[in-house]
Amino acid sequence: MAYDKFEILTSTAVPLPIENVDTDQIIPARFLKATERKGFGDNLFRDWRYNNDDSPKKDFVLNDNTYSGKILVGGRNFGSGSSREHAAWAVYDYGFRCVISSFFADIFKGNCLNIGVLPVQVSADFANKIFTEIEKNPQTKIEVNLPNQTVTILATGEKESFEINGYKKDNMLNGFDDIDYLVNVKKEIVEFAKNTPL
Amino acid sequence: MLHLEAVFFKVLSEEMKKTLFDKVWDSHVVKHVEDGPDVLFIDRHLVHEVTSPVAFLGIKNRGISVLYPERTFATADHNTPTINQHLPVQDPLSANQLKALEENSKKYGISHWGLGHQKNGIVHVVGPEYGITQPGATIVCGDSHTSTHGAFGAIAFGIGTSEVEMVLASQCIMQPKPKKMRINVNGKLNFGVSPKDVALYIISRLTTSGATGYFVEYSGDVFRDMSMEGRMTVCNLSIEMGARGGMIAPDEKTFEYVKGREFTPKGAAWDKAMTYWKTLFTDKDAEFDKEIYFDASDIEPMITYGTNPGMGIGISKSIPKAEQVEGGVSTYKKSLGYMAFNEGEDMIGKPIDFVFIGSCTNGRIEDFRAFTSIIKGRKKAANVTAWLVPGSHQVEAAIKAEGLLDIIHEAGFELREPGCSACLAMNDDKVPAGKLAVSTSNRNFEGRQGPGSRTLLASPLVAAAAAVTGKVTDPRELMKEFA
Repeated sequence: MAYDKFEILTSTAVPLPIENVDTDQIIPARFLKATERKGFGDNLFRDWRYNNDDSPKKDFVLNDNTYSGKILVGGRNFGSGSSREHAAWAVYDYGFRCVISSFFADIFKGNCLNIGVLPVQVSADFANKIFTEIEKNPQTKIEVNLPNQTVTILATGEKESFEINGYKKDNMLNGFDDIDYLVNVKKEIVEFAKNTPL
Repeated sequence: MLHLEAVFFKVLSEEMKKTLFDKVWDSHVVKHVEDGPDVLFIDRHLVHEVTSPVAFLGIKNRGISVLYPERTFATADHNTPTINQHLPVQDPLSANQLKALEENSKKYGISHWGLGHQKNGIVHVVGPEYGITQPGATIVCGDSHTSTHGAFGAIAFGIGTSEVEMVLASQCIMQPKPKKMRINVNGKLNFGVSPKDVALYIISRLTTSGATGYFVEYSGDVFRDMSMEGRMTVCNLSIEMGARGGMIAPDEKTFEYVKGREFTPKGAAWDKAMTYWKTLFTDKDAEFDKEIYFDASDIEPMITYGTNPGMGIGISKSIPKAEQVEGGVSTYKKSLGYMAFNEGEDMIGKPIDFVFIGSCTNGRIEDFRAFTSIIKGRKKAANVTAWLVPGSHQVEAAIKAEGLLDIIHEAGFELREPGCSACLAMNDDKVPAGKLAVSTSNRNFEGRQGPGSRTLLASPLVAAAAAVTGKVTDPRELMKEFA
C-alpha cells in the first residue's frame, strides 16, 4: 500500500507548453542529495522558477497565481533524460497528481506510475485543445477519469480516451505497488533463481 | 500427417527466429502478468549513493530484507569530489549520502566500493572492468546510462528508485517488453570520426525522442570494427534518443575483454558460459519493429549546439534554421536563446571556457589516449579551464602506466580523481553561469553542468582540439600528420 488511490480527478491545470522538458529541469542534480523522500516540491523546476538569488522568476507559470491545480499539462516528450525518480517525487510533492502530455519519456512515465502520479498520454491535437482552453480561461476544469480511461475538458465537453495496462490501472485504483505484487510471488522468483547462476 | 509436419516445422522455424534482445529478455521472464508487465529477473544490480537511500529506507519500512545481496554491487560516484579524496567530504549533504550507502551496504551484506576504495569509480566504468558485466545478463541500476553495459550483449537499462527497491526486495522488476529497433551502420568511418560521433550522429538523425519505447540493437561493420570501449560509448548514449537501452551482439572481442576478470566465471563455468554466450546473436530473418540504416561515410566529427543531445551537427556545418528542424519553433528558439547562439551560425571558431574529459560516456582509457594524441606537444589554451577526470582508478592507473600523464602535465593539464564530476555537477565541479564548455559527457540540458552553464557535447578528439586552441576547432586540422 504505497500511495493514495486514484479514481477521478477533476481540477484546474497548470500549462507548460514546452517540448522535451528534461528531468534536469524538473529537478536539478544538485537537489538530489537527500536520503529521504522529503521537500522535493520546493525545488520543482528550480532554475526556471527562481533566479540565482532565489527570488521568483515572475514569468514562470508556477509563479503566476492565475494558474493552479493538481494537473500539469506538459509539451511533447515530457520527462526525458535521467532516471531520477526525484523528478516524479518533485511533481507529486508540489501537489500534482496527474501529468498530461502528447508524449512521455519512458523512465519518467514508469516512475510516475510507481509513485501514484498518473501520466496521461493524449493526442497532439487534444493537448493543443487543452492548452487553448486554459489560455482562454485559466479556471477551465479537466476531468481525468481512470476507471473509464478518459480525459475531458469540462467547459467544452471534449473528451479523449487514454491507455494504461490493466495491471497498472488496478494498482492505481487500489493504491497498490509492484513490491506488494513481487513479495507475493517470491516463491516463484526463488525457484527461478535456482536455475540462474550468478 | 504431412500437413502436421509442415505445421511443426513452421512453428520450429519461427521459434528459432529470435533477436538478440528476445533471447536475453525471454530467458529472464519469471512470469507474465495478464494485461500487464513481465516479472523480469535481474542478474546483476548496481547501486550508487544518489538513487538508493530511499529504496533502502523503503525495504526497512516494509520490514523486508535484500533477497540476494550477492547480486548487488555498490559504488559511490555521482556525489564525490575529484580532488583530495583522502580527506573527509566537505559538503555535509554529500557526506551523509555517502555514509548512507556505506551503512546500507554493510547492513545487508552488499559489496561496497566507496570513496578511497581501490575499485571505486563510475558505476558504468567499474562494472565492466571487474567483470560484473557479462553477455546475456540482465543488469539494472538507478541511472539512465546503465545502457552502457549493453555493449557486452547484456540487457541493461536505468530504473527509478521504486524499482531499485523492487530489485533489492525481490531481484525482479516489472516491465512491459519494449519494442525492438535495429540500427545498422555499414561502411568505414572517416578519419577523425570516433564512436561518440557515431552516437551523436544517430541521435541527431532520430531526435532526442526518436527511439522512445524501443530497445535498440546496433549492427553493422562500424560496430563490429569498434573496440569494447567504443561500443560502451555508443550503448551508453542510447537513452539520449529515448531508447531504454542498446545492445551489441557479443563476439570474440567481447569474450577476450571479459575473460579473467574478477567476477567472470572461471574453469568449467567459463566453458559453460561461453557455450551460452555464443548463441547470443539475432537470428537471420528475425523481425524488428523498426529497422534503420546509416552509411558510415556520411558521419563527420560531431558537436551539439542546443539543449538536448539530438541537437547536434557535423562540426563543419552551421546551426540549422528553425524551419529546418522537426518539432516546435518556440522550443527551438528558446533552446538557442539559452545557448546565446543564432540560427545559421558556424560552430567552428566559437570561443570556449571549459573542457571536460570524463563521465560514463567517455571516461575510459581509450578516451584519454584520443585526448592525449592531440594535446601531445601542444599547450592548454590560456582561456580554458580543463577538468580531466578518469572513470575509475583502473583508468587512472592505465593513464600513468602508458605515459599519458606526462603528456598531460607537459601540456599544462592536471588529472583529477575518479567520479561523475562535471557531467551532472552534483559535486564542486560546476561550470559557472554563462560559460561555454566542450564536454565529452552525455547531456547538454540547460544547467546540466552547473546553473546557467552552456554545454557542447563532443568526442575526446573535438574536446582536445578545443582545449589547446581555446575555441571550437575541427580536430582533423590538428591531426594532419596522422592522415
